[in-house]
Amino acid sequence: MLILRSLALSLLLTLPVQAESLRDWVDALGAADAQEKRELLEQIAASGDEISDRVFDAFARGGLYLDRRNSSVVIAQRDGARYLLRDVLTGEDLGSAGRRDVRRIAIDNNLRSELQSLQSIARLSSNDEQQRGAAIAEILAAPTDTALKALAARESLEPVPYLQEQIAIGLALQALAGSDPATIQAALLTLRGRVDPVVRASLVTLGDRDDLPEMIRNEAARLLFLAENRLLWLSRLESLFFGLSLGSVLLLSAVGLAITFGVMGVINMAHGELIMLGAYTTWVLQQMLPGQPGIALLLAIPAAFLVSAAVGLVIERGVIRFLYGRPLETLLATFGISLILQQAVRSIFSPLNRSVLTPEWLSGAWEVTQGLSLTYNRMAILVFSLMVFAGLLALMRYTRLGLQVRAVAQNRAMARALGVRSARVDALTFALGSGVAGVAGVALSQLTNVGPNLGQAYIIDSFLVVVFGGVGNLWGTLVAAFSLGVANKVLEPATGAVLAKILLLVALILFLQRRPQGLFPRLGREDSN
Amino acid sequence: MNLYLRKFFAPSGTHCLTVGLLLCLASFNARSQDLQPIKVGVLHSLSGTMAISETTLKDTVLMLVEQQNARGGLLGRLLEAVVVDPASDWPLFAEKARELLVREKVDVVFGCWTSVSRKSVLPVFEELNGLLFYPVQYEGEESSRNVFYTGAAPNQQAIPAVDYLMSQGVQRWVLAGTDYVYPRTTNKILQAYLEQKGVANEDILVNYTPFGHSDWQSIVAEIKRFGSTGAKTAVVSTVNGDANVPFYKELANQGVSATEIPVIAFSVGEEELSGIDTAPLVGHLAAWNYFMSVEDDANFDFIDQWLAFIGDDDRVTNDPMEAHYIGFNMWAKAVEAAGSTDSNAVQDAIVGVSVPNLSGGMATMQANHHITKPVLIGEILDDGQFQVVWQTPETVAGDAWSDYLPGSRDLVADWRAPLRCGNYQQQEKRCLADGGD
Repeated sequence: MLILRSLALSLLLTLPVQAESLRDWVDALGAADAQEKRELLEQIAASGDEISDRVFDAFARGGLYLDRRNSSVVIAQRDGARYLLRDVLTGEDLGSAGRRDVRRIAIDNNLRSELQSLQSIARLSSNDEQQRGAAIAEILAAPTDTALKALAARESLEPVPYLQEQIAIGLALQALAGSDPATIQAALLTLRGRVDPVVRASLVTLGDRDDLPEMIRNEAARLLFLAENRLLWLSRLESLFFGLSLGSVLLLSAVGLAITFGVMGVINMAHGELIMLGAYTTWVLQQMLPGQPGIALLLAIPAAFLVSAAVGLVIERGVIRFLYGRPLETLLATFGISLILQQAVRSIFSPLNRSVLTPEWLSGAWEVTQGLSLTYNRMAILVFSLMVFAGLLALMRYTRLGLQVRAVAQNRAMARALGVRSARVDALTFALGSGVAGVAGVALSQLTNVGPNLGQAYIIDSFLVVVFGGVGNLWGTLVAAFSLGVANKVLEPATGAVLAKILLLVALILFLQRRPQGLFPRLGREDSN
Repeated sequence: MNLYLRKFFAPSGTHCLTVGLLLCLASFNARSQDLQPIKVGVLHSLSGTMAISETTLKDTVLMLVEQQNARGGLLGRLLEAVVVDPASDWPLFAEKARELLVREKVDVVFGCWTSVSRKSVLPVFEELNGLLFYPVQYEGEESSRNVFYTGAAPNQQAIPAVDYLMSQGVQRWVLAGTDYVYPRTTNKILQAYLEQKGVANEDILVNYTPFGHSDWQSIVAEIKRFGSTGAKTAVVSTVNGDANVPFYKELANQGVSATEIPVIAFSVGEEELSGIDTAPLVGHLAAWNYFMSVEDDANFDFIDQWLAFIGDDDRVTNDPMEAHYIGFNMWAKAVEAAGSTDSNAVQDAIVGVSVPNLSGGMATMQANHHITKPVLIGEILDDGQFQVVWQTPETVAGDAWSDYLPGSRDLVADWRAPLRCGNYQQQEKRCLADGGD
């Protein structure tokens, strides 16, 4: 009780004074020029108040406005034609204002990096280990003199060994700019194995400095060579990952087609639009669950499967079943369906792209080692594509439906004679392939635009993968997707994206000339007829 | 019908003396029909890939027509919009243009977005002597008697953008674009400009990607490597349309922030950003001649009118919309000055016409059929709007023929008498040919 009371008392004593000056500084931002803003920000940061963090965050993303009616500075957010205002310090709701009543307080990248640097310095003394780590990393990425000084001041206070090492790197960087050979030598020892751009840049300057002994310059050159060499290898590894990731996207978009086209022999030009429907399902779910993009994304996987499968079922029952054995007509009819679906989406959702959010846990990258980081969304899609593939494989191999599908594909007449209702199997197979396309759409919504044209970008590639892998073979699709992906990404750095694509297409044409059945030929329905 | 004959038959009182009674009667007939509406053609794709950008422009023209009618129309006649859908199909653009000019007999057309669609309709407009207002920034190297370019030429967008980045200390340049005519020409101009400014060849990285490119992993990694030498690096992006979203997403995921390697784009505006999660893009730049966030009363009015017209408070305005706003008002003013909607009369009357733009200045139609514009550099903010961080002190006159390309340097366009030429060779003192290229 006593503690509480004294706490309240101290709050009462300190808060008004601080809040008053803080508010003055914040309000002064409204009329300040760039230099004055900088000084005000330093003052606000020096106050050490937690509120400064909120002010900085709002300012950095352009959310600080001058309320012209009373010249105060507020946090505002656009809501339709109005702006919702909140108090900067207390977060209190201040009602709304029209477009003419508020003016955004200008911010640019220079000021923004100043803000970041001030925030990092403030976070250096945070109680949260992670926050401190992030702050040190930010300072190392863009070191300024003030930030490095703050880092030096922090050196003796930092309890966590791993962060101590990080600080030592910052100090070594600072030491490189000095003139004492012994200190530089020691700093170089600390920096061995680092490949950050800042370290490499200072190694380059060091190598050009005439005032230093030959030995140090040679050492700098050697370290630079080692760093470059390491980077070269890492970039090769990176290319491999990029290739696998592209392969996983190809696999996802093609695996549904591997069933409808590969197993059933239906040339479905509307396959891309089934992918698109899956992506739109994700968007709709995210709209229905505001603030929960991650849960919506997970729910979208089964939902998109059902939506696309249902549409696929309607297409099969309504159109395709009348056209079996007439590939040209099927092609034209499904092409027409694809146009209808695109225009339908345009009419229902508008021709503009929809913004599908990426959940927190899928954004950013995992730093495997210094100089090599893999993005989370790509890794997730790689794993997801393999899971979908495995699931589909298991379904074809171990379930009754899978058995029937294979039976009908191999010999329709015989399967029917054995009591398989081939029309029902056709419908279910097509729905399955379509549903998988929908699932692919959920994954693609994390990588690319969700718009009416989403499907068109993937339809050609999907056909390529299936034909290359061998029509009617799921494993062929897997191998084809990953080899096309990796080949593309290995070629790309050397040839550029346009030429890489052309070269791959030429290679594919030549390959198909030699082996029209693709990589892994298998008897499908056409062959048995 | 050649020019002479067309002038001859023009329904105007001054010819009565020379032509004689018969034609004068015909001309009076024409006058009695003056209460027929003036037809305004709208040639924007409402379906297909370009619908995403062009549908908005169709609505903009419809709004402008409605407003003009509310003010009593033009020359005492009401305006009527004729909308056709060229469906993002380039040959269809030419067909629809012909349909508008021949069948619908429109007096003016507002339309096209991509350069290829403009190139496809150009011969039609020249053959039938129509009027086309083209509202999108483009690569320049063209000036036609029949086309009015209300979007930016490269010297009104790309070059000031590079100047701004240079003033921010950028030393290394990535020129990334989609592989077609606009990025290729713009990058050629920029490369020549950078070299002239003393940027070494190894400090420029040019990269082209196919249309709709969606896998940006290796390119972003390459940009990161290129930018890791310690010298400040920036990306000048002429990446088109839908390819932008995966590009920005990849940049964000690989941790390239605007404070390290800023990306300045010439085709990303408010409309495009409304389809992206903008939080990771904060601080990347765009160069335009108008932003929705411009604080000017004319702009506030325009936004209010647009939101009311479209009936959705979440919609945005963008640069090509402003271009149509300017173009439409210029056309209206020229029609009033000429007292007729006749193509030749409007062409003569419109050069020198000034109307207010939406950023508090004036736009003037020049003799080369390009207009004067301010150049604004904006940084993307969290709410999908731009913060203007720099702007040219005065308006910049659009240059049809770039000063930085060999061959184009010596050309000027002047559609006033007596030159009346779109590509006059100053050295050889002769007009090369009709139209562009």
